[in-house]
Amino acid sequence: MISGADIMVKCLQAEGVDTVFGYPGATICPFYDSLYDSDIKNVLVRQEQNAAHAASGYARAKMKPGVCVATSGPGATNLITGIATAYMDSIPMIAITGQVRSDLLGRDVFQEADITGACEPFTKHSYLVSRTEDLPRIFKEAFHIASTGRPGPVLIDIPMDIQQNTVESFEYPETVNIKSYKPNTKGHAVQVKRAIELIKSSKRPIIVSGGGVLSSGAKLKLQKFAEMTQIPVLSTMMGIGVMPSDHPLYLGMLGTHGRRCANKALHITDLAIVCGARLGDRAIASPDQMSERTKIIHIDIDPAEIGKNVKVDIPIVGDMNHVMKKLVENIGDFKINDEWDAQVKDLKAHYQSKISTFDGYVEPRTLIGKLSSMLKSKAILCADVGQNQIWCANNFRIREGRFFTTGGMGTMGYSIPCAIGAKLGLKKRDVVVVCGDGSFQMSLNELSTIVQNNLNIKIIVMRNYRLGMVRELQDNLYNGRHSATILNDSPDIVALAKAYGIDSACVSSNEDAEKYIHNIVESEKPFVLVCNVHPDTPSIL
Amino acid sequence: MKYTLSILVENQAGVLSKISGLFSRRGFNIDSLAVGVTADPTVSRITIVANGDEYVVEQLEKQLNKLIPVIKVKRLIEGEFISRELSLIKIHCPAAKRFEVIKISELMGAKIVDVAVNTVTLEYCETVEKSATLIDLLKPYGIREIVRTGTVAIDKGKSSVQG
Repeated sequence: MISGADIMVKCLQAEGVDTVFGYPGATICPFYDSLYDSDIKNVLVRQEQNAAHAASGYARAKMKPGVCVATSGPGATNLITGIATAYMDSIPMIAITGQVRSDLLGRDVFQEADITGACEPFTKHSYLVSRTEDLPRIFKEAFHIASTGRPGPVLIDIPMDIQQNTVESFEYPETVNIKSYKPNTKGHAVQVKRAIELIKSSKRPIIVSGGGVLSSGAKLKLQKFAEMTQIPVLSTMMGIGVMPSDHPLYLGMLGTHGRRCANKALHITDLAIVCGARLGDRAIASPDQMSERTKIIHIDIDPAEIGKNVKVDIPIVGDMNHVMKKLVENIGDFKINDEWDAQVKDLKAHYQSKISTFDGYVEPRTLIGKLSSMLKSKAILCADVGQNQIWCANNFRIREGRFFTTGGMGTMGYSIPCAIGAKLGLKKRDVVVVCGDGSFQMSLNELSTIVQNNLNIKIIVMRNYRLGMVRELQDNLYNGRHSATILNDSPDIVALAKAYGIDSACVSSNEDAEKYIHNIVESEKPFVLVCNVHPDTPSIL
Repeated sequence: MKYTLSILVENQAGVLSKISGLFSRRGFNIDSLAVGVTADPTVSRITIVANGDEYVVEQLEKQLNKLIPVIKVKRLIEGEFISRELSLIKIHCPAAKRFEVIKISELMGAKIVDVAVNTVTLEYCETVEKSATLIDLLKPYGIREIVRTGTVAIDKGKSSVQG
């Protein structure tokens, strides 16, 4: 005989899970009791939301679903923001929640919450398990759904009695058969052919790459396609890292907070080849104007994204990997014309802006630009949300590494737990967090998790005693009325980090900051570097 | 523009809330919704009549298709399907008026399913438009209560909605 809780552990093992991120409670205790005897590591976060963010970081690093675990009621509801963040950013995730006994469901007993109901808009799929014998099939399906098609979070809510009940034996299904879920991965051959023809007849084509290129593992194929054709590449925030930042064909991030040369190129192109991007409002502020100006080929695994935000000329539903392979194979010797090539080079040179500095403060954009060269080339940068995110997106010189941030949901406090997950996923990589003093204070409790798990994560806090992004908005749109954006009387972050057992220092110039970074990257220990940033430092150049 | 969607779904708990939730969440309005099991007991059919422009309908179809338990979504083409709605209509009707009400129901092809001292209850299975006509005719007598199922629809001829 085997209990539901033991089955849950065996299912995770069968899926090759070595780490879960979670926080226990009464209704998930049977599972945690079974986990105690297993080789799966549980990373005890300090708040459930961070379990989901850490699972997200882990998933992005490992390119497979991350697993987070919480108890029923408040444990489960605390997960919601993390689940919603993963949903918006298309991150594969399995969220496991304990639930009150099935015979008590719906009676509003202690720590009961309808979590499958509450998460309905934010999950790719969810299960409320009603029979112990269904667990293997449900786990198999959940991992399949989370990681195929457009990736996303799947929630499995398991009442306590389902975890405690026993069944005869455990057998993990080898295959999945969900009649209603068969994502289309191969781009339609005719559409691909039409796309090739359109590319060949275009005069000023560009590639807009999004997060889908990274999650499908099509990065190198896209680079190859761009190099073969010399078509310049822009990226959305989620697509940063598709091209090395210093690649001659790369123009940077587009959108409201993007680089001017990228937006300019998008403005004058006659064909945008959109790859694995949904073109949200931060990327394309006026989609109607864009579709009037230029022809658009839109390649995405999710048919619902095509035509949702921008009208397209050639839709291709399929996996980026497959479609990009077809494009590479069929494009022949097409190359962009010299005129466009020269125009792009000119754009790039023309829009190199000068950064103004403030004496006695760290200039964050210059520092982030330098940071990349001080790290190993495969380093992972986890950026939070706010001005720090834009500084990182536009200035971090990515080489072979990764850039993790939440571009869709924009959840403050994401970076530290994301870094925890990323570091546990790829232990040998340099993992660096850049956050603001606002976002730092949203998840500083996880410093404890970093110490307890002995994780070498460097945290750079850009401190301006402001919620800088909103403050900037207030300056521009609300007559400088700084309502609720001043963080004066914040704690001494250096002392705080030291109280957690993490070495820390505070700097007020780029010179000092660089000196510290040079030293700390050599050490195996975590470090919190507080950089004093002038409050008037703008988000964009 | 009014349109009719025929949706095949896995017959599981919570499917209906997933679908109706999607409509409200994305700001789409439903005129009517009807659910019933199909020839395959593991599959249910949901018929939805809703309003919206071409963009809305296309988005709706795509978003519905994204839901895991949804097997098939088909937009039925105007003029190429049969639709029916079942209505039960209770009319305030003293004996003096009974003959008139019976006459109207005969004329419209409704069936009298219950008669009491002061009420007559009709059963009517027709298109939404004809149901509206009957209701208009009965209004002067005083309608006590109307219960309607929402529209169900099926393709004409050989064509069908299969999973």
